[in-house]
Amino acid sequence: MTFDLDGLETGPAQVWGSVRLVPLIRDEPVPNLRLHRKVYAEPVSVVDVGDAYYVSFVPHAFVAAWDDGDQLPGASYGTRLVERESGQAPPRIPVRVVRRMARKADRNRLRFLPLHLAVEGYLALHFGGPEIAWEEWARRAVARGLSPRCEEAYTGLQVRGLEDALRVFEIHPGQCGVLVYVADSLASAFAVPHPDDYRALHPTLVEDLFGELIYMYGLLGAPAGDLSGRIDGTGIRSLADLRAAAELQREEWASFHDAVMAGQLFDQDGTRQVVQHLHGFELARFLPSFAPRAENHIGETITDGDGRVAYLKSFRLSDTQVRRGYLLRRLAEHDWRLSATAAALGTDEGSLALRLERAGFGYLLRQDVLDHYRARRRAT
Amino acid sequence: MSETFADLVACEDVLMFVNAAITSTGQREFHGDRAEQRLSLGFLHEYMLENYREVYAAALALDVNDHNAAIIVRNLLVRAGDVGVERRRKEGRLIARRLQGMPRQRVYRVFRELRRLGVNNRRTRAIIRDWMAGRRDPAFDLVKYRGAVKDVARHAHLRFDREQHDFLFAPRAVKAFQTPIFEQWRRAHYEQAAIYELPYTVAEGFAAKHGIPREVFLERIEHRMTRLERLRMQGAGVRADLGEMPLTRLASYVLSLPLDERAARRAELSRALRTAARRVAGPARGSWGRVAAVLDDSYSSLGSGEKRRRPLAVALAVHYLLEALAKEYTPLWTSGRTDELLLYPSGPTPLGLRIIDALDTAPERLLIVSDGWDNAPPGLAADVLRVWRTRLDPGHRRAPGHRTLIVHLNPVYDADGFEVRRLAPAVPTAGVRDAENLATLVELARFAEGRVGLAKLRAHLDDRVARFLGAPA
Repeated sequence: MTFDLDGLETGPAQVWGSVRLVPLIRDEPVPNLRLHRKVYAEPVSVVDVGDAYYVSFVPHAFVAAWDDGDQLPGASYGTRLVERESGQAPPRIPVRVVRRMARKADRNRLRFLPLHLAVEGYLALHFGGPEIAWEEWARRAVARGLSPRCEEAYTGLQVRGLEDALRVFEIHPGQCGVLVYVADSLASAFAVPHPDDYRALHPTLVEDLFGELIYMYGLLGAPAGDLSGRIDGTGIRSLADLRAAAELQREEWASFHDAVMAGQLFDQDGTRQVVQHLHGFELARFLPSFAPRAENHIGETITDGDGRVAYLKSFRLSDTQVRRGYLLRRLAEHDWRLSATAAALGTDEGSLALRLERAGFGYLLRQDVLDHYRARRRAT
Repeated sequence: MSETFADLVACEDVLMFVNAAITSTGQREFHGDRAEQRLSLGFLHEYMLENYREVYAAALALDVNDHNAAIIVRNLLVRAGDVGVERRRKEGRLIARRLQGMPRQRVYRVFRELRRLGVNNRRTRAIIRDWMAGRRDPAFDLVKYRGAVKDVARHAHLRFDREQHDFLFAPRAVKAFQTPIFEQWRRAHYEQAAIYELPYTVAEGFAAKHGIPREVFLERIEHRMTRLERLRMQGAGVRADLGEMPLTRLASYVLSLPLDERAARRAELSRALRTAARRVAGPARGSWGRVAAVLDDSYSSLGSGEKRRRPLAVALAVHYLLEALAKEYTPLWTSGRTDELLLYPSGPTPLGLRIIDALDTAPERLLIVSDGWDNAPPGLAADVLRVWRTRLDPGHRRAPGHRTLIVHLNPVYDADGFEVRRLAPAVPTAGVRDAENLATLVELARFAEGRVGLAKLRAHLDDRVARFLGAPA
C-alpha cells in the first residue's frame, strides 16, 4: 500500500452508545485543494459505465476545487449548494444520467460521488467473467460475465445511534477527519484537506454508505468498551508529574489506536488504482487483499504530490462480500479453472462449486454441473 | 460515626433528588430529549413522594426550580390523604409560602392542573383561596389571567364581589365598570387609546385586533412592560435598564447577541454583568480568598433548542459572581479563550488538562462548571482529581480543614443516571440552575461527599425550612 495517515494526528475518542468517533487532526491544512458538498434534489442517478448502466441512490456528491498555488490557500467558502444546470424536472420518476463516476464540473472543479469509485471498483472486480470457456461455466457467464452485480449498503441514518453520535460529537480545532467505529469495529474512515471543509461535511457522514456488518452491529447496540487507561498514581509527586502522565496517556492512546484499532485499514497486500489526475493530486481507489475472517476495507483517496492523504473515505465490507471478493480473486488467479482453484484452496471441485453457489454465484455455473455436485454431496 | 447503611442510602437519595429538581426543567437537553427527561424526572418524584415524603415537601424550601416546585405542590395535594393532619398542616404552610414566590402564570397552571386531575379537597380549596386573597392587585390579575382565573374560580368556589364577578362571567352585560382597569379593558375592545393602560400581554392581543403597527404599539406600551419583557424586547427598540436584571438572565441575554454587537457594547455589557454579580455577592464580596474556576464552553454547552446556551450562560454568570466573591481569581475556559464576553460554544472538553492548570495556581477553592461530559481525553478529569486527592493535596496531609475545596457544579440533568453527571466520586457535585444560588449550593455540596451524615443533612433541611417559612414574602 502506498499511503498512510502521515500528517494526521489521532485525537481522543468520543463515545456515544455503540458508536466511537476518533478525530484526526492536522497541524496545517493541505494547500491548494478544497472539498465542497453538492446536494442533488433527485434521489436516483444512473451512471453510464460503458456497456452497462449503473443505477444507484446518491444522496450527495463532493466537489473538489483546487487552485494552482498562486493564491493563498485556506480561505473558507464553506459548503456550497449548486443549482442544477437544467430547468424544471419532468413530472415522472426523476432520473439523472451521469456519464462517469468522476467528472469535471468546471475548469478547476471535479465532481465525484463519495465512495462510488470504490464501490464501483469492488463491483467491477473481474467484471468480464471467465476468459477461457471451461466447460463448467454457464453460457451466460462466458457471454456476459458477472454483470449485473449488485450489493446492498445502508445509509448512515439506518445505522442505529450514528446520527445522535454525530450530533453530540464535539469537533476539535484543526480537525480534518474522523474514524467511525460501531461496536469497536472500524466502519469508515473519512479525511478532508481543510478543517473548514470537515466542519461543513461532518453532517454528510449520516448520508454515507455503510456495510451490512456495520448496520447489524448498530442494531445489536453493544456499548463501546471503555478504553481509557487510568493514570497510575504511585510515581506522582508533583503537579508536573501529573501533567506528564496525562500527556503520556494521550500519546499511548494515539499509538494504540493507530496500530491496533485502525491497523487493518491499510492492507499491505491490497491494490490501488489511480482513476484521475487533478493538477498534481491523484484520485485513486483501493481494494483490500480479501483475506477471509479479517477486516477488509475498500475506499478512495486523493493524495498530493508528496503522497500525503488529502481526502480519504473507506467502506468496510461484510463477511459475505469479502467471501465473494476472495473467491473471484482466487478464480482469476487460476484462470477460472475450477480444478486448479480447488486444489489451491485445498478442497475438491464439488465443494468449491457449492461454495460458489452459497456465495451467490450459482448462476455462473452450468445447471447440470451444479446438480451433479449437489447429488454427490447428498449421497455421501 | 453511628451511620447505618440505610442512612447513607437515604442521604444519597435526597441529594440525588435535590440535584435533579434544581437542574431539570423537563425540557430537551444537549444529550437527552424531552421525553427522556420527563420520564426520568417523573420517576424521581414518585420515588421521593413514596419514600421520603417529609424531605420531598422540604425541597420546596430549597432552590429547586419552579417546574419541579409545581410538580411537588401538585403531588402533595393529590396525595394529601396519605398523611395525618399535623403533617398536612406543615405541608400546607410550605406550599403556601412557595406559591407566594412563584410567577403567577405558573401558579395558575398548577391550579388548572389540579382542576384537570379533579383534586378538590378542603386543603386545596383553602390554599387556592388564601393565595388569591394574598394578591396585591386582584383586578390586575383578573385582567391579565382572565381565562385561568375563571377556571380556578369555578373549581375552588371562590367568591368575588359583584363587579369582579360580572367582569369574569358576564362582561358584555355591563355598561360601565367602576374599577379603572376593567373599564379600560372594556373600552379597549373598540378604542385604540385604551389598550395602552392594559398589561403588555393583554394589550398585544388588542393591538393585533386593531391592526396597530408593531413599532407604534411597542413605543406606546413601553411603560407597561415588566423588567423581563423589556429585556426580551431590547432588539425591537425598547430600552431596558440592564443594571437591574438578574445575573443569569443577563448572561443569557449577552450570549444571545451576535459577536460584533457584544464587542461594540463591551463597556455597557460588562458593567451590567459586574453590577449584577456584586448585587448577588452582597456582603460576602471578596471573602472567598484565592479562587480558580474551570468553566466549560465546549460545544455541548450549547444546550438545546429549548434551553439555548443555558449551560454556557450559567458558566458565564458563575464567572462574574466568582470574580466578585474572590480576592484573587483565575478563570480557565476549556477552549482556552480568555475574553469572556466573546464566548460561544465550540470544540471538545479537555477538562482534565484545565484542572491541572487550575491546581497549578494553588487555589483555596476550585470550582468546576461543566455538564460532566469529559472527552478530551475521556476520564482524565476523574483521574486527575483522584490522584490529586490521594497523592498531592498538600493541605489534606497537614490537616483536613486546610485542604483545597473542590466543587463541581453541573447545570444539566442526566436523564439516564437520574442525577447530574459526576466527574469523580471524591469531588462533590451539585446541580445548578441559576448562578445566584452558588453559595447555598456549595454548602449543599458538602453532603454529597459522604462525610456529613443524614442527621446533619436533616438538620440542614430543617434549618432551611424554618428560614424559608420565617422569611417575609
